[in-house]
Amino acid sequence: MTMPFYVPPEQLMKDRAEFARKGIARGKSIVAVQYRDGVLILGENPSGTLQKISEIYDRLAFAGVGKYNEFEQLRIGGIRRADLTGYSYSREDVTAKSLANAYAQTLGHIFTQDVKPYEVEIMVVEVGAIPADDHIFRITYDGTLYDEQRFSAIGGASDTLMQRLGAAHHEGAPLEDAIGWAKAACTSVIDENGPVGWEAAVVERTERRRAFRRLDPADL
Amino acid sequence: MTLDPSRQGDSITPAESFAALLRSRGLGPRWDLPAGSSRLDPPEGTTVLAFRYADGVVMAGDRRATSGNVIAHRRVQKVFAADQFSAVAIAGVAGIALELVKLFQTELEHYEKLEGRRLSLTGKANHLAAMVRGQLPMAFQGLVVIPLFCGYDEQDRVGRLYSYDVVGGSYEETDYATEGSGGRDARLFLRGTFVPDLTETAAVDLAVAALVAAAEEDTGTGGPDLRREIYPNVVTVSAAGFAEVPEDRVAAAARVALERAT
Repeated sequence: MTMPFYVPPEQLMKDRAEFARKGIARGKSIVAVQYRDGVLILGENPSGTLQKISEIYDRLAFAGVGKYNEFEQLRIGGIRRADLTGYSYSREDVTAKSLANAYAQTLGHIFTQDVKPYEVEIMVVEVGAIPADDHIFRITYDGTLYDEQRFSAIGGASDTLMQRLGAAHHEGAPLEDAIGWAKAACTSVIDENGPVGWEAAVVERTERRRAFRRLDPADL
Repeated sequence: MTLDPSRQGDSITPAESFAALLRSRGLGPRWDLPAGSSRLDPPEGTTVLAFRYADGVVMAGDRRATSGNVIAHRRVQKVFAADQFSAVAIAGVAGIALELVKLFQTELEHYEKLEGRRLSLTGKANHLAAMVRGQLPMAFQGLVVIPLFCGYDEQDRVGRLYSYDVVGGSYEETDYATEGSGGRDARLFLRGTFVPDLTETAAVDLAVAALVAAAEEDTGTGGPDLRREIYPNVVTVSAAGFAEVPEDRVAAAARVALERAT
């Protein structure tokens, strides 16, 4: 009988994390920026059809980077969970915190238990009645959950993007300013060929039940 | 409730339905009764109607629910937005009908979010037909629910309306459709007064007048109640989307219609 080689748990986790990080670094990054009337999500996306930003529920939006099929699966799972919760209880009972927790559980489980970790980083964004009630949650490949203030970024270049947004961001700015900061930050990490297309959406403080609105790439 | 990617379903099934998801979690609505259960007498919604006008479709419903010869509720809502470009109205057992509407609304939004586009109007109408058909075992026990459905066809740029029967048959109507206990009287009224391509103002007036006419003949239909300020629900679906007609506008139409009726 052959004995499996002993691999120390530290090494195992390190290898998995490195694998996931490499996969995520290959894709493009996405930023979320809070502005006066909501939260903007923006990223570079050459495809107008395969979208990375999506509506989850009335006040909730989702963004994912990394492997498309993996974050798409998480997006669908999130929509199902939100619709089930809203249908079983009430529409107000669907919150970003609960969804972000579920995502963290799922990604954490996959990271430690599955053959291969998910090569994704995702964001759950919620717009509240007042700016103080806005939420931006970031969940990494290993299920670590970050409660971000004012702005956030996911993807290979997230650290640089966060620094740039931190320097530019000030509270109570209109949407145009937020788009400007987000685009400037994203452009700074793109290679010399420049951006080939944008994808952007907002969840906004509005009278409408569904706060999610896609921005026309031509307007950006 | 956690996310479970392993239960995402078969990726080659067309678009996943919310009702199927509910059933897989054991939360699906129960559309049958055990054999030999005694006859219930739950509140029933009465008269709803819809017809086409110049910009799209107008849909209206009275506010009464009856249980036998007792008025069960005076302020029931029977006309709902199904999504941004369609509306659904219900007649029959109120409790089941409300559940049907809620499920239908969630289903349309669920599809739209998953697929990134709305179902076509025909797709929505067919899906509603399947939901009514699924409710057939209840209908055999006397718990009948029949909807009316209308919407604005974003492709053909025209308003359309559909009526249903108890076994889930779906019929597209060209001019007008009515449903419920006062439906026959409302239809008779519309037969004499309906003309194509009405303006929105005339369409709202006509919808309210038809409901008043139905309330004159049918005990199950609640007419406008000026004392309690209860007025019919009237909505329009046009190129601009679903819109509720403001209550004071309906109230004005109701006062005119009541005067003419007496």
